Amino acid sequence: MTIEELELIAKNVKQENDKYDYEVNVCMDLACASQGAGALKDALVKAAETSEKKVLVRRTGCMGPCSHGPLVRLDPDETLYHHVHAESAEAIVKNLGEAPVPELQCDLNEHFDKQVRVVLENAGYIDPEKIDDYIARDGYKALLTMLVEMTPNGVVHRITESGLRGRGGGGYPTGLKWSTVAKANGDVKYVVCNGDEGDPGAFMDRSVMEGDPHRVIEGMAIAGYAVGASKGFIYVRAEYPVAVSRLTTALREARRHGLLGNNIANTPFNFDVEIRLGAGAFVCGEETALIASIEGRRGTPKPRPPYPAASGLWGKPTLINNVETFANIAPIMRNGGKWFFNMGSERSKGTKVFALTGKIANTGLVEVPMGIKLREIIEEIGGGVPGGHKFKAVQTGGPSGGCIPEEMLDVGVSYDALLKMGSIMGSGGMIVMDDTSCMVNVARYFIEFCMTESCGKCIPCRAGTAQMFTLLTRICNGTGTLDDLALLEDLCSTVKETSLCGLGQTAPNPVLSTLKYFRDEYMEHILHKRCPAGVCQMEAVNSATSIEVMA
Amino acid sequence: MTAFTPPALPSEDKRWKIVNGTMRKNGFARRALIETLHTVQSSFGYLDDDSIRFVAMSLRVPLSQAYGVATFYHYFTMKPPGKHTVTVCAGTACYIKGADKLIAAAEKRLGIAQGQTTADGQISLMTARCVGACSRAPVALCDGEVVGEMTRDQVLEQLERWIVE
Repeated sequence: MTIEELELIAKNVKQENDKYDYEVNVCMDLACASQGAGALKDALVKAAETSEKKVLVRRTGCMGPCSHGPLVRLDPDETLYHHVHAESAEAIVKNLGEAPVPELQCDLNEHFDKQVRVVLENAGYIDPEKIDDYIARDGYKALLTMLVEMTPNGVVHRITESGLRGRGGGGYPTGLKWSTVAKANGDVKYVVCNGDEGDPGAFMDRSVMEGDPHRVIEGMAIAGYAVGASKGFIYVRAEYPVAVSRLTTALREARRHGLLGNNIANTPFNFDVEIRLGAGAFVCGEETALIASIEGRRGTPKPRPPYPAASGLWGKPTLINNVETFANIAPIMRNGGKWFFNMGSERSKGTKVFALTGKIANTGLVEVPMGIKLREIIEEIGGGVPGGHKFKAVQTGGPSGGCIPEEMLDVGVSYDALLKMGSIMGSGGMIVMDDTSCMVNVARYFIEFCMTESCGKCIPCRAGTAQMFTLLTRICNGTGTLDDLALLEDLCSTVKETSLCGLGQTAPNPVLSTLKYFRDEYMEHILHKRCPAGVCQMEAVNSATSIEVMA
Repeated sequence: MTAFTPPALPSEDKRWKIVNGTMRKNGFARRALIETLHTVQSSFGYLDDDSIRFVAMSLRVPLSQAYGVATFYHYFTMKPPGKHTVTVCAGTACYIKGADKLIAAAEKRLGIAQGQTTADGQISLMTARCVGACSRAPVALCDGEVVGEMTRDQVLEQLERWIVE
């Protein structure tokens, strides 16, 4: 495949699409699909067939505001319909070119106006199983142009220049990571895409892999060229069967078009990608554990250094980036490093996709420029807390993150600002809690999660999270004491400082952040045996039976 | 050194051929262990001693390593699933929206704890860490189908339908 052939495909797709007067795009991502988008699409196809109008019905990936699903967008005039069901199909087709169906029309201007779409630029516009759709939206253009016109060093330089930082949560500068792997000695190197989205409450990587799989593959191929690797692996959670099937299709199509394989674009560059299935272990999001899992072993982490950049998969230099990081690569290559650098805040560039969930009106996926205020995301894009309840906290970073209270909402979102607030960016889960959530109970939930997910290799994490869970359970059921609280705080710092990998090192964050901002709730539980949110069931107090925490 | 001969299939059951196919596709490489166990589980519904032993011997992986992998990962189960399975998502968004109450209601109705199957083998009650449908929390998978904004009554209705079957 050459760039000319690629342009020809894009031209043909456009010509084909021009035959139609209207496009009806149906979101068929998990959330819409679970509300009947499948039947809706079938009904729309049928209505389009019997209509005299020339209508193209297309299935697409996630359009964003899942709570309004099933969603339909009409092009070219970009009308958005929400809560659409199969019965409305005929009315939709009938009204094309006339006034929109009033009861389906959806006004989400405020929701979309503040968003900037880079990673999600194709979401809602392409059929994820059609490579031609991706190519028609400049897909693989970056890869082929770069192979012919740029040196691997030039590619690394452009990524460095963009200021992109790892979207998996840690925020390590991507350019620096690429340049380390590029400089590492060795004939054989690997590129690994971390699609083990284990953080409960986050689903943007699933959505990207399912809705725009070629974008991830293109990013990986560009990385392969930049660092000198000819083999890539995508590690996907087994809980995401649709993502696996979409990626499998995408890889097959890319090979068929000569966009993967040997001598891509008639250059000496060879690259191919294999899918590896996870099997349900949160710790496998940690890069050394992920490597162990790809090698077919238990997913336990190793001390670093050596970093995977020097000695990773089968001891070879390995570049590991997250799905969203790879999804940013092609647009950066197309538009230039400076274009990306000019978006976002001072030290966090570009955009970030968040999965907005919990007690919020517009749940779904949003992509915002870095630096945007949390309040804007929650109140304007998210539509605020519904049901007359009061906002209490927003949880970012999943089990490794923290809970951010109302008074911090005017801080701009960046890696550093979130860290300073006692949370982390994480992979992008953003769970809004209202006054019906008990923060001690939430902390206990996360510690229970980390306790279950601890791989057991190092003692601080294995035993520490279990003891923290016991202490939090006692505080929740009203049998905790001030001594328990002191011990809990002590354990937090021990586990944080002495655990082997990121799982243990960040496991205390939900406890520490709730202690920092919601200490009064802990005190209510301990001193007055009362749960202010009415969540925790208090046991009858009998101080004589209080149990010592096991050493 | 003599060439390695993989062990014979444990039985005439055709599903073993599918399992063998996964291993052959991966050149019987040791790294195919997890992939192969996935195939066993998708073919047979669960892993047992015989299947783990067969896979370990075919891939020349120590039994301890194969058993270690099978028990380390939550996705693998060593118990046969019931005829129907309800999997309540216990991810954060679902938890905040009351997934624990759904689990408790199902546990009470079925008289089993999460992770167990009813004595008649009819219904398994499982929990998942996160199925990625957080925007429609709380979510449950009823025989694999995603149901969003699940209520306690909906869970119980579903269970009743399966119980009377």
